[in-house]
Amino acid sequence: MASRNQPTRQHSRRGFINWLLGTSLGGLVLSVLYPVTRYLIPPAAGESASATVTLSIRPEDVPPNSGQIFRFGSQPGILVRTPSGELRAFSAACPHLGCIVQYRDDLSRVWCACHNGHFDLNGRVVQGPPPGPLEVFVVNERADEIVVSRDA
Amino acid sequence: MGKLREHFDSLYRWLDDRLSLSVAGQMAKKKDVPVHKHTIWYYLGGMTLFLFCVQVATGILLLFYYRPSAEDAYESIQFLMAEVEFGWLIRSIHHWSANLMIFTAFLHLFSVMLLKAYRRPREVTWMSGVLLLGISMAFGFTGYLLPWNELAYFATRVGTQIMEAVPVAGAFLATVLRGGSDVSGATLTRFYAIHVAVLPMMVTFLLFLHLFLVQKQGMSEPLDVEQEGGSKEKMPFFPNFLLRDLVGWLTALAILAALAAYFPAELGEKADPFAPAPAGIKPEWYFMFMFQTLKYLPAHILWFEGEVVGILAFGLLGLALFVVPFIDRRADRGERSRWFTWMVIAVIIYIIVLTYLGYTADPTV
Repeated sequence: MASRNQPTRQHSRRGFINWLLGTSLGGLVLSVLYPVTRYLIPPAAGESASATVTLSIRPEDVPPNSGQIFRFGSQPGILVRTPSGELRAFSAACPHLGCIVQYRDDLSRVWCACHNGHFDLNGRVVQGPPPGPLEVFVVNERADEIVVSRDA
Repeated sequence: MGKLREHFDSLYRWLDDRLSLSVAGQMAKKKDVPVHKHTIWYYLGGMTLFLFCVQVATGILLLFYYRPSAEDAYESIQFLMAEVEFGWLIRSIHHWSANLMIFTAFLHLFSVMLLKAYRRPREVTWMSGVLLLGISMAFGFTGYLLPWNELAYFATRVGTQIMEAVPVAGAFLATVLRGGSDVSGATLTRFYAIHVAVLPMMVTFLLFLHLFLVQKQGMSEPLDVEQEGGSKEKMPFFPNFLLRDLVGWLTALAILAALAAYFPAELGEKADPFAPAPAGIKPEWYFMFMFQTLKYLPAHILWFEGEVVGILAFGLLGLALFVVPFIDRRADRGERSRWFTWMVIAVIIYIIVLTYLGYTADPTV
């Protein structure tokens, strides 16, 4: 009788040990993988949330029909004075593949050198591969300061 | 003299008893290289391997001076190029050898593809080779950023942005790769870790597999030679073929030295995350055909953004390349597959034409 019961008992005992080994091995793998995965995901940057920036550029330093790059938090922005003298600001990251755009005074357009994308002075795409317009910022001139803010 | 020889012999016997050195010798002796009109293509894999060894050696030397941070990287390369004796030589050889290695790897790929050497039983050799080519390109992409100059900075911005087009997980993957939402000093340290630790580890494994399989299965004979009853002439791999390899390697070394001396690697301007991208921004030449294709795609194709379509298409092509042995069923049965040959030739022509356009088309119009 005992000998007939033994295999199943042994089998279930073996199965239990295997289950224990398997789960603890799985647990070990998970407890290694989880921190490694979390480690590889970069922490959120602190300063990217800023919504308003006072520029170090003075209004008289931006002649008509020209543009300059400025820092909008950790992102680049571009400040443009139109040929008619109006100040405008956009995100300088091209919505196509993230190159930084520049002002072309020969065309009076914002231009991305990487893939030849052209934007008009409202940030809209006029030519080339960009799938959407440049993000438009709000520009305020206060005395001799330029304040740029993200449209809320 | 005789005494010394005895000592060496007994040392060899001692090692052989414990390590079975003679097995390796027998394995090298066993392999024959078929001699026929396509034999020349057999040298390309060995050439790529040699250039890879040059990369390992010069790469280790560069590590002695390189400092992986956004503040220091550019200056440390400047110091290496200007102050360190032969620093310019080591870096230039690393630069040129990388380019030549990718070039010979591409030639190797296409020659193997046209000779249908991927057919049974060499499917795994082919797949490990495609992975090795992918890793080589990843080496190129990560290494390009390390000097932290303007060109590299923008090429990396574009390259990592391309990843964001991958559906669902794209933005997340790009953030992990960059170490943030933008290319920054965090990207540099990540690329450095990938370039000097992660990729070398992967290469070591795959390269051993690739070489082991080549040694085990021997050289593939092209279909037309096989159908004529196999090549009549054979040459032993060791030493005959290896000595011919060596001649090629010495020639490659001479070419590398000449290129490094006459066209040393440039450094350019230091990267500035707040400066507009310069006109004529280019990736490394082996990414050029993809870069140029993206330029020509319209902003929207059907309901998708043009770049997404382009990137997905290249992704699918890469996958197709990986499983070529299973697509080309005719070659697997030992039949000739002309349509496949023509397709490969079309791909080669496409790559050459788009690369040419990438360097000649005016970027400012």
